[in-house]
Amino acid sequence: MDVLQTTWFFIWGLLWAVYFMTDGFDMGVGVLLPFLGKSDTDRRLMINSIGPLWDGNEVWLITAGGVTFAAFPKVYAVMFSSLYAPLLLILFALIIRGVSFEFRSKVESVAWRNFWDACIFIGSIVPAILFGVAFANIFQGLPMDETGYRGSLVYLLNPYGVLGGILFLMLFLVHGALWLSIRVSGPLHDRSMSAVEKLWFGLLAVAVVFLIATWFSTPLYANYLSHPALFTVPLICVVSLLAVKLFIVKKDAFKAWLASALTIVSAVFFCIIGLFPNMLPSNMDAAYSLTAHNASASQLSLSVMLVVVLLFIPLVIGYQLWAYHLFSDKLGAHDLLEEEAY
Amino acid sequence: MDVVFLSRLQFAAATMFHFLFVPLTLGLSVMMAYMETMYVRTGDKTYLSMTKFWGKLFLINFAVGVVTGITLEFQFGTNWSRYSEFVGDIFGSLLAIEASTSFFLESTLLGVWIFGWKKLSGKAHAIVMWLVAFAGTLSSIWILLANGWMQHPVGYVMRNGRAELESFWTVVTNPFGILEFFHTVSGAYVLSAFFVMGISAWHLLKNQHVDFFTRSFKIALVFGLASSLFVAAIGDTHGVHVAKVQPVKLAAMESHWETTTRAPLHVFAVPDEKNERNLVEFGSIPGILSFLGYHDFNAEVKGLRDFPANERPPVLLTFISFRVMVGLGTLFIFLTVYGMFRRNRLLESRNYLRIMLFAIPLPYIAIELGWVLAEVGRQPWIVYGLMRTSDAASPIAGFQVLFSLIGFIVVYGLLGALGFYLIFKNAKKGPEQASD
Repeated sequence: MDVLQTTWFFIWGLLWAVYFMTDGFDMGVGVLLPFLGKSDTDRRLMINSIGPLWDGNEVWLITAGGVTFAAFPKVYAVMFSSLYAPLLLILFALIIRGVSFEFRSKVESVAWRNFWDACIFIGSIVPAILFGVAFANIFQGLPMDETGYRGSLVYLLNPYGVLGGILFLMLFLVHGALWLSIRVSGPLHDRSMSAVEKLWFGLLAVAVVFLIATWFSTPLYANYLSHPALFTVPLICVVSLLAVKLFIVKKDAFKAWLASALTIVSAVFFCIIGLFPNMLPSNMDAAYSLTAHNASASQLSLSVMLVVVLLFIPLVIGYQLWAYHLFSDKLGAHDLLEEEAY
Repeated sequence: MDVVFLSRLQFAAATMFHFLFVPLTLGLSVMMAYMETMYVRTGDKTYLSMTKFWGKLFLINFAVGVVTGITLEFQFGTNWSRYSEFVGDIFGSLLAIEASTSFFLESTLLGVWIFGWKKLSGKAHAIVMWLVAFAGTLSSIWILLANGWMQHPVGYVMRNGRAELESFWTVVTNPFGILEFFHTVSGAYVLSAFFVMGISAWHLLKNQHVDFFTRSFKIALVFGLASSLFVAAIGDTHGVHVAKVQPVKLAAMESHWETTTRAPLHVFAVPDEKNERNLVEFGSIPGILSFLGYHDFNAEVKGLRDFPANERPPVLLTFISFRVMVGLGTLFIFLTVYGMFRRNRLLESRNYLRIMLFAIPLPYIAIELGWVLAEVGRQPWIVYGLMRTSDAASPIAGFQVLFSLIGFIVVYGLLGALGFYLIFKNAKKGPEQASD
């Protein structure tokens, strides 16, 4: 049972990692929309660069949430009801983002398009920041006792929480700008590469601060100190982050994006490994912490779900890779003339 | 500021709103896949035009459907945390399976379908839409098995203060869930058929794109007739099962107060819940209720009075929903059968076309009332016989729920209005010249 619960803890972590690796660049592009998209054509190119993929990417969130419910129902119940306000804000933002893509080009009006562009921006920046805030607070521990969470939305916006939000935002901005660079050419491409060069320095600075702050604000390093071999994970994260810079300098957007993807995944795993076995730690009393061992589903349920996941997740990755393969080529203005283009 | 009441309102609003868009996704994807296959088979460009025109409406509808669905998965945790802890072992698993097997397939492949016209062969592209349709139907199985488990919990054992999985096979073969699946999906197909027929009727009344919309109408007509008959037949089987496992719901559905054999159906009745009787009963046909519930005119049907008052659902709402749903379902059969006789003379059947145009909202009403019946009819239980709705809500402050409820009403209201506006606008515009 212990092994099963531990396995599920890491599957849970993996799902979040893949979600941030995929929808992360969607959110990044959405936030960059008003900054890099100087014309309607530019903005349409940006939207179409993620158009075929964003919905499939977002399903990783639904799966991560669903798995939290299935494998760790008590964590799901306490986390979601405790983080009521930020979760609902994230949800409303995602709702608005989702329809914006479809509605935006349906009416020939500048005001209409500007409205939906604003919605894409808000629908991208709000979840990016709030996911970071939420997870940083989880790493830090929440004021929780046996009746649940005793804090508020404002409490979550403490310095470490805000830092988490900024970190996620920077990660997604770099990731999004690189994806955009892969998919477009010309002035938009150049603007994107130029932006990512500057953003990378911002990300580096925030990452360093985050790594240091994590030492002081959270118990995350404890697992690493007792099992030093685990330091490979944050090492991979640092190396990939540096590799991003290297590939940017070499003007290889694709390899830079791959390095950025690895940075995000390894960053999530750095945090998840540090969190283990806690899932919703209490900073009031460790006895109230929800862990992979005291908050999981039954053995049978975990076993059945494991079979399902081992069968289907590789399949999903397979056909999603196929979709990515279809839609990682260069977009041109002529593509916007197709009737299905966003 | 009652948290349970506000949470119920919020969940009802969110689900019913989501369900304005889901049925069309389920049924229209099937029709589109058929149209596109006809194009691939025959090379006839009109079929391509049809796929793209109905596809445009499909995509607007799908966008609203998908975003309003995400909130539901989260809402079990945010507003019903006690329920979630109690049932997560089983209910949570079904939702997670829904996401991993179906949502991924649907969302990923739809993106491929939208943008992949030039990247895939005609045949491959059509197969993609069949897979999208399949994925939608597959997701329905899982979510309806989940609801089915709430209605008729099976395959579990009470342990550690919660319902724990004992038999996965029993959970996935739960007749309640299976019947709900066939009934809901065929209902969705009826809705989609009437949507296509109604819009086609509008254009035919104006003598616009006659060949295009005659073909669309006929495809939807056959789809709609088959589905209308099937949904009624399954509805009957479902009713018999409800009689067996939720006898109080059957009693409420027909406002049946006194236990009797040869229980009658009242053509018209007005329930008087407070006094545990019907104010008005008109046109009583003996034995029909017994037959509906047990396929035996002489069967005993337990009356509401023989159930403890705190285990009865709200009678008026359950009763009205059932009546209107069945009445509309019967109408759909008549309208599609009639359509079959007029299908080669549609342009001259102007009254029929007008009726079909105005009939578009009717399956929406029927399908929503079906859900009201299912969910209000199971009250006071959130897990039938195991957990009461009043014990299931999250221990959070009432004002939080009030704020989110208002948020939902505002955001969804806006989205719904815009979504339907765009659908109407594009439906009226008609097809563009099909390009390859």
